[in-house]
Amino acid sequence: MLVHEFLERSAARLPEKEALIAGARRLAFGEIDAAANRLANALVSLGVRYGDRVAVLLDNSPETVISLFGVLKADAVFLVVNPTTKPNKVEYILGNCRAAALITSAGKWRTIREAASRVPSLKAVMLTGKSVGAADEDTGGRYDGAVVRWDEIIPAQSAEAPPRKAIDIDLAALIYTSGTTGNPKGVMMTHRNMVSASTSITTYLENRESDIILSVLPLSFDYGLYQILMAMQFGGTVVLERSFLYPYAVINLMRSERVTALPIVPTISAILLQMEELGNERFEHLRYISNTAAALPVSHITGLRKVFPGVRIYSMYGLTECKRVSYLPPEELDRRPTSVGRGMPNEQVYLVDEHDAVITEPGAVGQLVVRGANVMMGYWELPEETAKMLRPGRYPWEKVLYTGDLFTMDEEGFLYFVARGDDIIKSRGEKVSPKEVENVLYSIDGVVEALVVGVPDEVLGQAIKAYVVLKKGASLTEKDILARCSAGLEDFMMPKYVEFRDELPKTSTGKITRKGL
Amino acid sequence: MDSKDLIRGFIRSNFLFGSNDAKLSDDDSFFETGIIDSTGMLELVSFAETQFGIEVADTELIPENLDSINRLVSFIDRKKVASAS
Repeated sequence: MLVHEFLERSAARLPEKEALIAGARRLAFGEIDAAANRLANALVSLGVRYGDRVAVLLDNSPETVISLFGVLKADAVFLVVNPTTKPNKVEYILGNCRAAALITSAGKWRTIREAASRVPSLKAVMLTGKSVGAADEDTGGRYDGAVVRWDEIIPAQSAEAPPRKAIDIDLAALIYTSGTTGNPKGVMMTHRNMVSASTSITTYLENRESDIILSVLPLSFDYGLYQILMAMQFGGTVVLERSFLYPYAVINLMRSERVTALPIVPTISAILLQMEELGNERFEHLRYISNTAAALPVSHITGLRKVFPGVRIYSMYGLTECKRVSYLPPEELDRRPTSVGRGMPNEQVYLVDEHDAVITEPGAVGQLVVRGANVMMGYWELPEETAKMLRPGRYPWEKVLYTGDLFTMDEEGFLYFVARGDDIIKSRGEKVSPKEVENVLYSIDGVVEALVVGVPDEVLGQAIKAYVVLKKGASLTEKDILARCSAGLEDFMMPKYVEFRDELPKTSTGKITRKGL
Repeated sequence: MDSKDLIRGFIRSNFLFGSNDAKLSDDDSFFETGIIDSTGMLELVSFAETQFGIEVADTELIPENLDSINRLVSFIDRKKVASAS
């Protein structure tokens, strides 16, 4: 089974059924499938070949969904890049995977084209949105590949899928994730990985064709991406929003579209629970709420159960490297509200100690190891990083995932998160690499030392705090630092607090350390 | 300083990090431009409530009321009139 066969099978069975609702636009399965076929043919005509990487840099929209399926139908590998990604990082990602093509909006192209022109592999760019005339095609820099417009090239293509070579062990997607080293890493997922993960998840969520999922999660985030993949698999509908910016507009949508499923992160529940009048509303159709990316505080669970009585709440845990690990059956919430559950279907999990021995004692802290077809194939062209995470498993051909996260397990095998093994910060459910933020701070003229840590925050989970030591005579303010940071960091990576120090604590070998701050 | 200046000032300080807000027009959609995120929007609403002595109901957290400087200023003016009467 290939990932795009989810769409093709649902389109064959339910061609007229609404698959995607985005603002005023409502698209049926058949429509999306035909559009994806046209896009695939367009990509092939632009020189995209079997196994090529194609980046999709768009907001949540029908074009993003059509694009990812179109790329797969062209036997290529998709990567959805967050559209707020700064140019320097876009350049890094496109260059890292040697992307052959890029699909983005005309507006976004204007801000990233200079950086993209430094990616030698890029041979085709497809622009969505309104034309602003020849200025779009003025690429600047050395980029000499094709620039075409979606609105012109797509309608001219055949709506029949191009011939197919890919098989299920082929790479389907690269999902870039932050790491401690400062540069994002491309998690490699084959069709088989993704089909396995989607099947396991839709099984424990008991998804059915009548489910209508409302997603405000970015498609560049695997949690958001899979809402689409899963709905395609089970023949349900996704109401796709771009953000949770206007909470009540989302609430209205939940009612008007009779939404049955709401995937959230704790930042969203924090905002929902601040809306005092929400408890007076009725959401008769809502069947479940799911949470992952960061732990759902018990106070949020209690609050959500009051506001949404009778709605099943799934506390889950996962990491991009294996898509998802565990879920807590809602019936267990009363007894084990702080647990993230047990492994999902078709997967095994266990804890190991520092000597890699499996821990059998309930309550002992150990590193969580995941075994299953949902485990990634590795990080794109990073063998050393990959070797840290993927270790030999039960059989000679097998690799298991060492998550790096510390857990305990109770007598019945339920998992409790203890701590991350690395220093990655989780803010708004997003991973933030302190090193990445520090690198940007160091690039500011006048900063001689920088250290970034996470501090607890009620709404964000963790907020980012930067300690900065300035060069003698430099007179930068907090605002100056933040202004210079914003050129190189996405919103969720921006420090919330900046503290100036005369010096930072060091280890005996002179390295800056968090200890003693 | 009128309401528009105060709103612009808050946006400039908190979301544009003090840099030039000349590119943000009074009608630019916060949603489309991505200048403010969901937690930032709540901060902006909180600021408007404290600054102008108004109360924003949950049901009013919709783009029609909030999604540009002009819309926000009109919304604030309507609320001020309503609370005065």
